[in-house]
Amino acid sequence: MTLTTPMDWSPIWISLKTSSAATLITLAAGLAAAAWRERRTGPLMALVDGIFLLPLVLPPTVVGFFLLLLFGRNGPLGQLLLRLGATVVFSWPATVIAAAVVSFPLMYLTARAALEQVDLHYLEAARTLGASEWRLFREVALPLAWPGVLAGAILSFARALGEFGATLMLAGNIPGRTATIPIAIYFAVESDDIRRALAWCLIDVVISFALLGGLYYWAHAPAPARARLMRR
Amino acid sequence: MALEIQIAKKLPDFTLDVSFSAGNGPLAILGPSGSGKTMLLRCVAGLERADQGRVALDGRTLTDFERRIHIPARQRRVGLLFQHYALFPHRTVAENIAFGLAHLPREKRTHRLAELLERMHLTGLAQRYPREISGGEQQRAALARALAIDPEALLLDEPLSALDTHLRSQVEALLQETFAGYQRPALLVTHNIEEAYRLGQQLLVLSRGRVAAFGAKEEIFRHPPTLEVARLTGCKNFSRARTISDHVVEATDWGCQLRVAQALPRPAAHVGIRAHHIDFVESSAKAAPEDNVFPCWLARSSETPFRITLYLHLHRPPEAGGEAHLQAEVFKEKWQLFRERPLPWHVRLSPESLFLLPE
Repeated sequence: MTLTTPMDWSPIWISLKTSSAATLITLAAGLAAAAWRERRTGPLMALVDGIFLLPLVLPPTVVGFFLLLLFGRNGPLGQLLLRLGATVVFSWPATVIAAAVVSFPLMYLTARAALEQVDLHYLEAARTLGASEWRLFREVALPLAWPGVLAGAILSFARALGEFGATLMLAGNIPGRTATIPIAIYFAVESDDIRRALAWCLIDVVISFALLGGLYYWAHAPAPARARLMRR
Repeated sequence: MALEIQIAKKLPDFTLDVSFSAGNGPLAILGPSGSGKTMLLRCVAGLERADQGRVALDGRTLTDFERRIHIPARQRRVGLLFQHYALFPHRTVAENIAFGLAHLPREKRTHRLAELLERMHLTGLAQRYPREISGGEQQRAALARALAIDPEALLLDEPLSALDTHLRSQVEALLQETFAGYQRPALLVTHNIEEAYRLGQQLLVLSRGRVAAFGAKEEIFRHPPTLEVARLTGCKNFSRARTISDHVVEATDWGCQLRVAQALPRPAAHVGIRAHHIDFVESSAKAAPEDNVFPCWLARSSETPFRITLYLHLHRPPEAGGEAHLQAEVFKEKWQLFRERPLPWHVRLSPESLFLLPE
């Protein structure tokens, strides 16, 4: 049980970079989807919700397989990208796509709950004051829903950080490019390099604790400090 | 300017169906809770769609069901003051008031904001958040915010109901000042009779979605057109009535004949008198029958700091658990003058104070 090769630290950087990019994408997409969905009702919306929440329910390998079909050489999106001279599969952007798709439902659900919590009277007041629907969202609904939205983003980040199955299917294990921490752990174990696996696991625990610590501080910070944090 | 409203909207318990035109100046809309007052304001502001009808402001159509017109709230320029103010909690007082001024150039906006802060006595509070100021200050900030857009009509939903008594009179004075400088239609919704009377130039009584009375407030209070309006405007004493002759009715619930000054509506179904219009006199010995003086016994009483309400039984002492006939309200100073007198006391139901109500 010795390190057969020197420790490659790139998975830390890749994991953080991937999770951050995926969180930014889910933040935008989840917010947009939540805002769009919030004021709609009807039987079709149940179907829409089903589609939005599918990645949460399906095993990540299934999500990864579907993404592979979609982005693969013969997939509709893969063909389109190929014509633009790009391939996604087994590249760094694939890790982002996989993490974003898998963490999207968490962002969507929390953002929707946060937006629904906003007292309608504030929105109505803004309307009578002449605000457009976009201004209403940007200057009233979003700031008031911000703590909830932020919580959704943190959840998404955590989920993206732990993503394994879909990432492996779509992005594979290319050291220095697509190998995130969970993937590094899996392949360390597979090659019987238990010490390396253990090291990665401890690093993951540290990152997770830092994340939880940040959350705890956020939740228990005195109001003025929280207000300062909230001022984007 | 005039605000013409003619709308119908189905509500869970009844249908809101009103038609009236409000001229310049404050119109108080009085109605019990759940009478459709707030919904009426929301339809005018464009926050709800009416099922039918039309709303026009100074000839400008805001809603017209038949022509499929529904101008969105943001284009109506109708100021709405919410019952609980709905000040944006994440914005300061100044930012709240300036919300509707975003379209103005910076210099003009600053100027207008300063003017509104000054007018609503909020200058020192501009940088505070709504949670950091009192209820009365929040109300003023909300009023300033609604006025900022220079609204062509102003709608106020129970503007005083969330305030303590001592704040209420301050805000009421400010509202009166505001109305004096605002020569456009203003609808003020309230369930408080005295507020409606003090703040409204005109009065509209709303009951289960219908206009029960509309006109000059003095006239509606002096001669309520129906039993319902008499009740809603705070009258406590009614008796079924039977016409005897031109100026005499028999009050069957009170067991007496009454002379009335008002010409009889035919057929008069009820006779009523307001609690504070009941007089107490020394005795009935000198009274002529047309004075409507009757002996009465005290059944019970209830006190407020300055006034007392006496529940009276006419003609003979009340039996145990018996209903009182009349409620009389008198100032305590006056009550001191006759409280020690032996029963029966004598009440006078002055013919001028009695009003008759048709079926």
